Amino acid sequence: MVTNVTNFSRSGLYDWMAQRVTAVVLAAYSLFLLGYILANPGMGYAEWQGLFANSWMRIFSLMSLVALSAHAWIGLWSVTTDYLTPMTLGKWATGVRFLVQALCGVIMFVLFVWGVQILWGI
Amino acid sequence: MTLPKILQVSVYRYNPDVNSAPFMQDFNVDIDGKDMMVLDVLALIKEQDESMSYRRSCREGVCGSDGMNIAGKNGLACITPLSTVVKNGKLVIRPLPGLPIIRDLAVDMSIFYKQYEKVQPYLQNDTPAPGIERLQSPADREKLDGLYECILCACCSTGCPSFWWNPDKFLGPAALLQAYRFLADTRDTQTQERLARLDDPFSVFRCHNIMNCVNVCPKGLNPTRAIGHIREMLLQSGT
Repeated sequence: MVTNVTNFSRSGLYDWMAQRVTAVVLAAYSLFLLGYILANPGMGYAEWQGLFANSWMRIFSLMSLVALSAHAWIGLWSVTTDYLTPMTLGKWATGVRFLVQALCGVIMFVLFVWGVQILWGI
Repeated sequence: MTLPKILQVSVYRYNPDVNSAPFMQDFNVDIDGKDMMVLDVLALIKEQDESMSYRRSCREGVCGSDGMNIAGKNGLACITPLSTVVKNGKLVIRPLPGLPIIRDLAVDMSIFYKQYEKVQPYLQNDTPAPGIERLQSPADREKLDGLYECILCACCSTGCPSFWWNPDKFLGPAALLQAYRFLADTRDTQTQERLARLDDPFSVFRCHNIMNCVNVCPKGLNPTRAIGHIREMLLQSGT
């Protein structure tokens, strides 16, 4: 009943599902890293580098990076459409909201490319 | 707790024809220590100041007219006893939050009704009407319990921050409870069309399950659970 072209997928259900699936991926990645650090006390650069040199770890990390980008977009999009509205900002709301959303998108893209560069630079 | 003989009541006042801004007005109300309902106190205030405006009708929690914010929590004035809301001999009464004020405690509920209208809250069945009535098994009828009892007092929707921020886009708990009431009705044949109208980023999915609606509902209903059922139905038809 409400049309919107700036949310992640055009569909409320897809956004909602993606938010939850990406959250599970991020939780798994965080817990794995935490577990790895706890299980390897006194770990040095070589072990850490070795972990990220594995193909499966690169896949897991890239998946988490994609999940983070999608998760952050859906979340921040919700925040901007809740608080940057005509109710709070008057006639400037649409422009401000669009700029903030665009800024979020640019930052996410930069962080994503930077993350890929780091992962593949190992 | 014991109630004072004279109760201090602070009431939100605003008459757009006279006041440039809303303000809180204090009244000393002689309640003689009796545990009356908040609506009774408002009647006593109206005796002191007949310009005091609020809505009421059945005065027994059936019509849903006197929803207001009592001591910080939305509820029906007619079924809220003073003993549950008076703190330190004082009572604060404000209108339902988030809606435009018409005068004092009377709010403009147009947008609330508009969202209710959007969910098409009536039975739709495109099969030929039977001779007498559309029968329903007792088990199917039971699915509507906890849904049909809503009196549209707006305590839930006006207690929901998502509804405050997007009252024109997010349907709000009251309308969503009714949306599910007709999705759950086995006699309704428009289930898929109803679901299709709900699958946008705002109508249903602006609900973040904070359960303010459940906390305030004077009829003890659970819109959050109904919204969860709508999500399940959308998932089942969409994945």
